[in-house]
Amino acid sequence: MTTSAPAQTSTAVDTAAATAAAGDPTTAVEIHNATKSFGDRQVLKGVDLTVKKGTVTVILGPSGSGKSTLLRAINHLEKLDEGYVVVGDELVGVRVVGDRFKELHEKQILRQRSKIGFVFQNFNLFPHLTILENIVEAPISLGIKPKAARELARTLLERVGLADKQSAYPRQLSGGQQQRVAIARALAFDPELILFDEPTSALDPELVGEVLGVIRTLTGGGTTLIVVTHEIGFARECADWIVFLDEGRIVEQGRPEDVLDRPRERRTQDFLSKVL
Amino acid sequence: MTTTTPPRTDQNNATADADGRPTVSANAVPEGVNLRALAERRVIPLRHPVRWVITALVLVVLLNFGQTLFTNPAWEWAKVGKWFFSPAILAGLQLTLLATGISAVVSFLGGIVVALGRLSGNPILSGASWLYIWVFRSVPLILVLIFLYNLGSLYPTIGIGIPFGPQFEVQTFTLLSDLTLGVIGLSLSEIAYSAEVVRSGLLAVDQGQHEAAKSLGIPRRRQFTRIVLPQALRSIVPAYVNQIVGLLKASSLLFYVSLLDLFGVVQNLGSTYPTDIIPLLVVATIWYLILTSAISIIQYYVERFYARGTTRTALPLTPFQRVRAAANSLRGDSL
Ligand SMILES: Nc1ncnc2c1ncn2[C@@H]1O[C@H](COP(=O)(O)OP(=O)(O)O)[C@@H](O)[C@H]1O
Ligand SMILES: [Mg+2]
Repeated sequence: MTTSAPAQTSTAVDTAAATAAAGDPTTAVEIHNATKSFGDRQVLKGVDLTVKKGTVTVILGPSGSGKSTLLRAINHLEKLDEGYVVVGDELVGVRVVGDRFKELHEKQILRQRSKIGFVFQNFNLFPHLTILENIVEAPISLGIKPKAARELARTLLERVGLADKQSAYPRQLSGGQQQRVAIARALAFDPELILFDEPTSALDPELVGEVLGVIRTLTGGGTTLIVVTHEIGFARECADWIVFLDEGRIVEQGRPEDVLDRPRERRTQDFLSKVL
Repeated sequence: MTTTTPPRTDQNNATADADGRPTVSANAVPEGVNLRALAERRVIPLRHPVRWVITALVLVVLLNFGQTLFTNPAWEWAKVGKWFFSPAILAGLQLTLLATGISAVVSFLGGIVVALGRLSGNPILSGASWLYIWVFRSVPLILVLIFLYNLGSLYPTIGIGIPFGPQFEVQTFTLLSDLTLGVIGLSLSEIAYSAEVVRSGLLAVDQGQHEAAKSLGIPRRRQFTRIVLPQALRSIVPAYVNQIVGLLKASSLLFYVSLLDLFGVVQNLGSTYPTDIIPLLVVATIWYLILTSAISIIQYYVERFYARGTTRTALPLTPFQRVRAAANSLRGDSL
C-alpha cells in the first residue's frame, strides 16, 4: 500500500497493539483475534493469521466454518466484533481512539476497499452495464478520467482473454467468462491483495479450468492472493500456504505438502478424505 | 383420482402410493397396439371447442354494440366532433395534463425519498416515513384535496421556524394558487403509493450487487444512482406507470376544489348544454383513452431501456422497427 494521502495517517498503525505487523515489511495481511457473531452464534472465534507478501494462501474448511466471513472481514464487508485486520501498513475499517478500535467513516472504508480486490462466488457483475462499463465504473467514480479508465479496462480484458466481449452484457457470457470479467474488474486499481471467495463453485465443471488459469497468472508477480476454494488440485499446485478452518477456528495451517498430504489434525483428515 | 374409485388391486396396472392407497394408472399403455407404427404419425393437438364458442359469443356482442354506435342517433357523433377540439375542452385537457404531469414527477422523486427513509437505519426517519405512508394511504384523496382547499382557514399563514423561536411566515393564499394546491394534494397522496412501489423495487435488487459495489469502493451515492436504482427501475417502472394512469383519472377529483380539468369542463358544459351530455361524455372518454395510450407507449420504451442486459439474446424489435425493417426488405425486393 502506498503511503500517499495525509488523511490516512490516522489509520496507519501507530500503537503498540499492531506494531508487530507494521514492523515487518514482508507481511501483507495480519489478522489478530478476529471474532464475529451473528445473533448468538459465534462464527469466528478469535482467528489469528499472518499472510506473507506475494504469496498464495488457500483457505479450506467445511461449509459454514466461517471462511467467507473471515475473508469478508479482511476488506470490512463484515465488521468484526473484536480483533483487527492490518493490510499493508493500514488498519482496515477502524482506527485507534484511546484504548479502543473505532469504526472509520464509510468514505475512508470505501477508499481502503478500492485497493483490495474481491472476487465473489456469484461473480456479482452489474447486469445492466456492459462488460466495459462494469470495469470502468469504480475507477471513474473514484476520479480516473473516462478515457484512461476505458484504456485500462481494455488492457485488463485482454489479460483475462476477453478483449472481444467489451460491449456484451454479463448475461450474454458463460459463467467462466463472467468470472474472468469479475477478476478483471477487481484488478482495476492494481491491488496488492486480492481475495477470492470460492471463485469456481458456481461454475459448470468444464469452466473451472479457465478461471483457475486466470488466477494462476496472477501468482508470482508480487500480488498477494487469498483464495477460499475446494479445488484441492489448485491448492496443491499454486498455494504457498494452506489454512484449514473449522467452526470458526484455524485448526491447522502449513505448507501444502504438509497439510494436504500429512494432516496432523483429525478434522483436517476427515475433511480431506471427503473432498479428495 | 377420485376417492370413490374402489380399490382394484387385482388389476395389473394398479399400484400403491407411499401411503398404501391404491392408485390406478389413468393412461395405461393399451394392449395389442403397435406403438412403433403410431410413432411415425403426427400427434393430434388438443382441441378447445369451448374456447371457440366463447369467442363466437364475444364477437356477436361486440358487433352488436359496434352497430349501435352507428345506428343509435343518441350518440350524436356530429356533436362529438364539434366538442372534441373546442377551446373549453382543450383548456380542461391542458389542466389535466399539467396537474398529472407535475404530480407524477414530484411523487416519483418524493417516493424515492420516502422509500429511502423507510429503508434507512435511522429509526426516526424510517418511523416518519412509515407514518407518512400510513396516513396518506388511509385518507381518501378527495378528503386531502378539500382539506388543502380549506387550508387558509386552518392555517391562515404558513411558515417555518424554530419551535417557540423565530418564525418565517407568508399568507397561505397569496403563496398558493388553486393549481398549486391541487398538485400538492395529488402529490401528497401519490407519494405514499409510489414510495411503496420504489421500496419494493429497491428490495428486489440482489444483495450481491450492493456488496460488489461496496467492495469496489464506489462512493455511496453513486452505488445508489448507478448500480442499485437502475436495476430497481426494471420492476418500478411498470408498477409506477400503473400509478400514473390512476393519477390521471384521480386528477378528475380536482373538479371538487373548483379546478376545471377535462372532467370538470365536461361536467360544466353538461349542465349548460344538457342535450349534449352524451357526446360530451364520449369526448372525455376518448381523450382519456388517448392519454392512457400515450402513457402506455412511453412505458413500452422506458421498460425496454431498463431491460438492457436482462436477456441473453438481443431485445425483440419494437413495432416501429419491425415496420421499418419490413419496408426496407420490400424496397430491397423491388430493386
Ligand atoms: N449475514 C449473516 N447473518 C447470519 N448468519 C450468517 C451470516 N453470514 C453467515 N452466517 C452464518 O455464519 C456461518 C459461517 O458462514 P460462512 O462464513 O459463510 O461460512 P463458509 O463460507 O465457510 O461456508 C454460517 O453458519 C452462516 O449461516
Ligand atoms: Mg462461503
